Amino acid sequence: MAVEHPAPVTPGGDQSRIHDIGYRGYDGPRLGRAYARRSLYSQSLRGAYGLGRSAKSKVLPILLFAVMCVPAAIMVAVAVATKAHELPLAHAYTRYALVMQAVISLYVAAQAPTAVSRDLRFKTIPLYFSRPIETVDYVLAKFAALASALLILTGAPLIVLYAGSLLAKMGFAHQSKQFGQGLVTVLLLSLLFAGIGLVIAAITPRRGFGIAAVIAVLVISYGAVSTLQAIADAQGSSGAVPWIGLFSPVTLIDGIQSALLGGGSNFPGGVGPSTGQGVVYLLVVAGLIAACHGLLVRRYKKVGL
Amino acid sequence: MTTSVARVTNVGPVTVIATESLSKRFPRVTALDRLSLDIGPGVTGLVGSNGAGKSTLIKILLGLSPASEGRAAVLGLDVSTEGAAIRERVGYMPEHDCLPPDVSATEFVVHMARMSGLPPTAARERTADTLRHVGLYEERYRPIGGYSTGMKQRVKLAQALVHDPKLVFLDEPTNGLDPVGRDEMLGLIRRIHSDFGISVLVTSHLLGELERTCDHVVVVDGGKLLRSSSTTDFTQTTTTLAIEVTDSDTHPDGTAAVRAALAGHGVETHAEGAGLPGAGHILLLTATGEETYDVVRDTVAGLGLGLVRMEQRRHRISEVFTGGDEQTRSNDEQPKEAAGHGG
Repeated sequence: MAVEHPAPVTPGGDQSRIHDIGYRGYDGPRLGRAYARRSLYSQSLRGAYGLGRSAKSKVLPILLFAVMCVPAAIMVAVAVATKAHELPLAHAYTRYALVMQAVISLYVAAQAPTAVSRDLRFKTIPLYFSRPIETVDYVLAKFAALASALLILTGAPLIVLYAGSLLAKMGFAHQSKQFGQGLVTVLLLSLLFAGIGLVIAAITPRRGFGIAAVIAVLVISYGAVSTLQAIADAQGSSGAVPWIGLFSPVTLIDGIQSALLGGGSNFPGGVGPSTGQGVVYLLVVAGLIAACHGLLVRRYKKVGL
Repeated sequence: MTTSVARVTNVGPVTVIATESLSKRFPRVTALDRLSLDIGPGVTGLVGSNGAGKSTLIKILLGLSPASEGRAAVLGLDVSTEGAAIRERVGYMPEHDCLPPDVSATEFVVHMARMSGLPPTAARERTADTLRHVGLYEERYRPIGGYSTGMKQRVKLAQALVHDPKLVFLDEPTNGLDPVGRDEMLGLIRRIHSDFGISVLVTSHLLGELERTCDHVVVVDGGKLLRSSSTTDFTQTTTTLAIEVTDSDTHPDGTAAVRAALAGHGVETHAEGAGLPGAGHILLLTATGEETYDVVRDTVAGLGLGLVRMEQRRHRISEVFTGGDEQTRSNDEQPKEAAGHGG
C-alpha cells in the first residue's frame, strides 16, 4: 500500500510542498435525505442531456432537442415573414408535442434506460440504499428528473412559438392562454411518458433491450390504436373512436388536450372525446402515473441490496 | 505546517454493534438463528462460510431488512426504528462489483458523498482526501472501467469512507485480489481503525487473513454464533508447528527419530498431514508457548539433523466450526491454507 509518509521537512524549507496531513475527520453538516434526493435529481437531469458524461452520450439528446425546436422556429419564421395573425399550425401549442410524438418517444426510449439501467446493470443500487436515501427517494428523484428532461424537450419549442407569436404581435391574451394550455399538455405528457419509460427500463439491466421495449410500447401502441380508430371510423362506429384512444399514451394525451384544453383533435374524423370522456382520460392518465410510481417503488424494494 | 490529527475515538469500553437473540427466517431458510453479539470498537472480523448469514446480518444492521425476532443496535441506535440515522453514520462496501465503468473515480465518489448528505464543496474535498488515503492518485481522473481489480476495490472502499463514518461494514474486501493486493487491502483495513479512528466490521471466509488484521473475530455458521473472541485467544489455542528435518547416516529416518526424541521431552506430535507435499517427512505438533520452539530446535540439533523448516500452521475455519479437540483437528490441515502462512 502506498502509504504516504510525511516528507522530511527541511528547516526553513519550501513552503509550496504538499505535506501528508494525515487523516482528517469530517465535522461539517450532513444534509440528509432531502438533500441527497435533490442531488440525485439534478445529477439525473443533467445526465438525461449527457451533461457530466462522455461526449458520445451528449449527441443523441442534444440532436433530438434540436429536432424538436427547429420546426417551431420555422413556423415562427414563416408567421413573422408573412405577418400572419395565427401560427401556421392550428392549435399549435397543444398539438405540437403530439405532432412530434415520434421524436419524444425516441428520446424516452434512449434516456429512460440511461437513467435507471446503469445503476441496475453495474449494481450501484446497494450503494444508494446503504445511505440515508430510501427507495421512495430514489424513485422520486429519477422520475422527476426524466419528467423534467421531457418537459424541457417539449416545453422549449412552445416557448419558441410563444416568443415568436408575441414578436409577430398576434394578440397577447389569446396566445398566452393557448401557451398555458400547451404547457399543461406537455406537463401531463412528460409525467406519463417518463413513468412508462422508467417502469419498462427498470425491468431490465440491459440498455439495448430497454430501448427496444420502450419504443415498442410507445410507438407500436400508438400505431395500433390509430389503426383501430381509423377502422372504427370507416365502419361508421365513430362512437368507439374515443374509447379506443384510451389504450395508447399518445392518444390519451391527445384526448385530454382536445377535450379539456381547447386543442384540436388528431383523431380520425377530427372528432375528439367529449368533455365527460375527457375527464375519464384525465383519470386514466393520473392513474397510470401513480401506477408507474408504485411499480417502480416495488421494483426497487426488490433489487435494493 | 504538518498537523497530524489522530482522532481518539474510544474512551472506555463502548459497544459498537449489539444484537440480542437476533433471528432472520425466510420461508425455507433460517439465515440467522438467535444470534447474540456484543462488538466493541476496533477491527472485528466476521467469519463464516458462504451462506453462513454474514450478508443477512449486515443488511439487518443497516436497517434495510427487518429481523424476524430479537433486537439489534448499531452505535447505540436501534436498527428497526433508526435505520436512516445509522446509515448516515455507517459506511458499506459490498462484496460484488458496484462501480459504473464510464465515470472517473473522483466523479463517482463525489456523487456518493453527496448521497450521504455532504454539501458539494465538502464532498469534493473529502473525495480527494479519501482517494489519496486508499492509495489512488493520478488514475482517479480516468474512467473506472480501465482499473485493475485492486484499484476498483480501493474505489469501493473510498465510497464507504468518504462521509467519515463511525463504522464501516466491509463485505469480503479481499475477494478476487492476488496475494500482494490482499496484503495491501488488509493493511489498509488495519489503518482504517488505527489512523482514521473508524471501527470496522469485515467479513471473510478465510479465518487466516482475519486473524492477522482483526482485534476480535466472530465466527458464525448456519446463522449461529460459533465463537467470539479476541484474536490473541485464537492464536494461542491454534498454533500448530510443522517441522521437517533431514535424514543422516546415524538416523536414516530423521522424522521418526525426532518424533521419538520429542516424545521423550513431552512434546506430542500428530500423524502427518495426509496429502501434504512431502507427507511422511513433516511432523505436526502443538506449540504450547515459546518454549516449544526451543525444545524443537534443541532436539533436532541434539540429534545432529538439519532443520529444513519450522513454520506456523493456522487452523481452518472448519476446525473452529467443529470446535472441540484442536489436536485431532490439525490432521485435516489443508496444504493451501498452510502455504499461505508459511514462514
